[in-house]
Amino acid sequence: MSVEFDRKIHNTLADADLQLAIYTATARLKDKRVETTAPDALPEYQELRTQAHAVKKHTIENLDYYLEEFERNVEAHGGKVVYAKDGTEVSDFVLSLAKERGARLIVKSKSMTTEEVDLNERLEHHGLESVETDLGEYIIQLAHERPYHIVAPALHMTRYQVADLFTERLKVPRETVIEKQTAIARKMLRQKFLAADIGISGANFLVAGSGAVVLVENEGNIRLTTSAPKIHIAIAGIEKMIPRAQDLAVFLKLLGRSGTGQLLTVYTSFLSGPRRGAEIDGPDEFYVVLLDNGRTRLLPDRGKRQSLYCIRCGACLNACPVYRKIGGHSFPWVYSGPIGAIITPQFMGVSHEPALPFASSLCGACAEVCPVKIDIPKVLLELRSDVKKAEARDQRGRLEKLAFRAFAWLMTHPRLYEMAGKLAAAVAPPGDGWIKSVPAPMNVGPLRAWLSQRDLPPAPARSFREMWRRR
Amino acid sequence: MGNRVSLFVTCIVDQLFPKVGMDMADVLERLGYQVDFPESQTCCGQPAFNSGYRDEARTVARHFLDTFESSECIVAPSGSCTSMVAHHYAELFQKEPETLARVHSLQKRIWEFSTFLTEVASVDDVGAHLDDVVTFHDSCHGLRELGIKDGPRRLLARVRGLELREMQPAEECCGFGGTFAVKFAELSCAMTRTKIEAIERTGANTVVGVDLSCLMQIQGALSRAGSKVRTMHLAEVLASR
Amino acid sequence: MSRDNILHRIRTAVGRSAGQAVADPPPVRIRIPDVAMEKRIATMFERIEALSGRAHRAATPEDARAFVAAAIEGKSAVASNAPFLAECGIATLPGVRSGILDREELRGLCATLDVGITSADYALADTGSLVMIASPNEARLISLLPPSHIAVVPRDRILTGLDELFSILPNPAEATSSMVLITGPSRTADIEQILVRGVHGPGQFTVVVVG
Repeated sequence: MSVEFDRKIHNTLADADLQLAIYTATARLKDKRVETTAPDALPEYQELRTQAHAVKKHTIENLDYYLEEFERNVEAHGGKVVYAKDGTEVSDFVLSLAKERGARLIVKSKSMTTEEVDLNERLEHHGLESVETDLGEYIIQLAHERPYHIVAPALHMTRYQVADLFTERLKVPRETVIEKQTAIARKMLRQKFLAADIGISGANFLVAGSGAVVLVENEGNIRLTTSAPKIHIAIAGIEKMIPRAQDLAVFLKLLGRSGTGQLLTVYTSFLSGPRRGAEIDGPDEFYVVLLDNGRTRLLPDRGKRQSLYCIRCGACLNACPVYRKIGGHSFPWVYSGPIGAIITPQFMGVSHEPALPFASSLCGACAEVCPVKIDIPKVLLELRSDVKKAEARDQRGRLEKLAFRAFAWLMTHPRLYEMAGKLAAAVAPPGDGWIKSVPAPMNVGPLRAWLSQRDLPPAPARSFREMWRRR
Repeated sequence: MGNRVSLFVTCIVDQLFPKVGMDMADVLERLGYQVDFPESQTCCGQPAFNSGYRDEARTVARHFLDTFESSECIVAPSGSCTSMVAHHYAELFQKEPETLARVHSLQKRIWEFSTFLTEVASVDDVGAHLDDVVTFHDSCHGLRELGIKDGPRRLLARVRGLELREMQPAEECCGFGGTFAVKFAELSCAMTRTKIEAIERTGANTVVGVDLSCLMQIQGALSRAGSKVRTMHLAEVLASR
Repeated sequence: MSRDNILHRIRTAVGRSAGQAVADPPPVRIRIPDVAMEKRIATMFERIEALSGRAHRAATPEDARAFVAAAIEGKSAVASNAPFLAECGIATLPGVRSGILDREELRGLCATLDVGITSADYALADTGSLVMIASPNEARLISLLPPSHIAVVPRDRILTGLDELFSILPNPAEATSSMVLITGPSRTADIEQILVRGVHGPGQFTVVVVG
């Protein structure tokens, strides 16, 4: 694996406080998910998952149709749809609109899609102020960091770190009480909401049949972002589409419970355009930016296409024993956890971080909790094969390839396999006890890696087949 | 179904834990099965498949298909190896209809050991006796790909002298994951440490499981830590008298 | 241009052509349980209270008025133009500003006053949620900016849950630019997973069911 990946993993494992923070935060979210999806709480849970998977599958397989339907409906309600092939087109659109309208201040709600394209950096580079309004995102924006978890962006920070950050960046007296820190943020952000020219949100779902954007939250910052400024821009990946508003009866039930163990988040907004007719408040202008940024590259592969069904609930992160040890910042891109492990190589190419699909024990806990039944282990296995094919093409990884060729050859020649086994037993350290170390010349490669952390089983006096023959 | 059973012991049993294979045969014979061991068997090919080498996995899989072509019923002391054959072989041969047909036939004939006992032999009580306090480790592939959860517990409940204590949290990965255990050794063992803490909280002397790869990982870590806790495969427990 | 390019890439990837019809999606899954009104109200109250909101049963509109009057005692309030609030005499309570149609004026009030009073178009019993449809009768910001929100709802608007809502309103976009489901007071656990209420939206959430 890359030195970077290895180092980040190692540093996270070595940080005891961080280990505790990650573990307890994910444990809480995991337990709440289990509680609210248990058979006594939601008897139809498995049925809903099957339905959600089927709806997503159908939508993705007919995505062009639904995008066009969505566009027609948005425009029928007075909004406008913009297609963006990448981050540059997204920021170009926002910048040109801001320029036309004389806009300087933007308020933003949490959107992994905008993280994906580094929108804030681009906007700020052009002199706009773009403020994150979700408390966790606000904190990490001040800290110039990436979100640590899809649902809990500042999971890794303590109140003391937040206190330091606020004092330094907001120039307020040091405050370590969490309620008071929240009040500081509320006050700062309220001013921004009321003064902002543009509100930018993501979208949890795009509803084709309604031309609507659906957004879920607990704080109220999304409602303010999309209702206070005169312009609302929703930026969403094209894969967020679902066909009908009625499908939300299934998706909303799954999203809240899977993500945070809530029956519904505090606010669920269904927005379909600028304010209408005699409605009193709401934006005058409504735009939906539909982002590709590589999603169309994932589409052709039928086996891996299911990666696009994701509704970004974060359940897989909370269930994953690997994520719960290495945390969000060890991952090489903005998306972490099992979903990050499967979409990153597909967006960035397998050579971006070739070890990423291998950073999994394939335990399957993610697939078990995914509300849309993405078979994440299956996609990981396919990506592993893709990595090895790419390595073969680039003439890399020859030694390992040779080793597995030898493995296959040995395993198809039983007598040679048996001889190899006897040879290994002959050079193994003697005795019945588990082996703590081997002589230096042998202490290489996988053997060395194993022994660095664990003891090895002793070589038995006879193999099974030898014992069987003697029965 | 007849009473002939072929053993697929798995390469790890053959080379490192042969007693598990012998114990499994013992239990099956006591139940009246005629047990054979097709000598040309080696490995299911999982290591190659999991490492991304599908051609090599296919080579090994074809050898497996040949070895067990005429076995009515195959029993294996491993959830992950059984799952490799029962679920993943089909993925490997999507483009080879003839081989795929053989795979489909094989899928119906291969059983993980505990599942064979409870579903095919329809027994819970194999007459075992072991005075011990144990806890049970749910191996991930067995649990999530084969639904192995209640079967081993029913079998353990009928072992005289045995007390079973459940781990909390349950169903957590031991950290082995095949080559993951060496490619990501530190991470793998951080996961094992969490498992071991759960084991220690039960106060059990023995960890029982249906997959030796998991047990090897757990025992390796326990041994390195100087713990007195041991691991036993379910077959060893059930063969105890 | 990107639109055509993206649509073309999609079509190539999934094997479709422009203008091609689409097979039916999986049928909508809507299951409306049969729950008597009293049970709905009981469940709704449980849910609201579990979320640290407040729920009150008023037998008559006059009782509702009295309750709200007591709740806003000594405070400033803004009320929506919902006819039901007028029916209950709440819009004309002392200290309550209402009848506002100008966006900027309303926003200024919402940003400075203590309590926002609304009705609701529907309520969802199984989650304890209010359904707020933006209209000349219900502005968006009243239930959002003031630190306290009181909603006064006649009981016949209480639905069993989401399924029933989407059965009655299969396409909310036909009715409004904004439909919001409100389920409890605003909250966050973003710092050390410690729960704090009233982050951006109201920290005090009260529902009065009338009848």
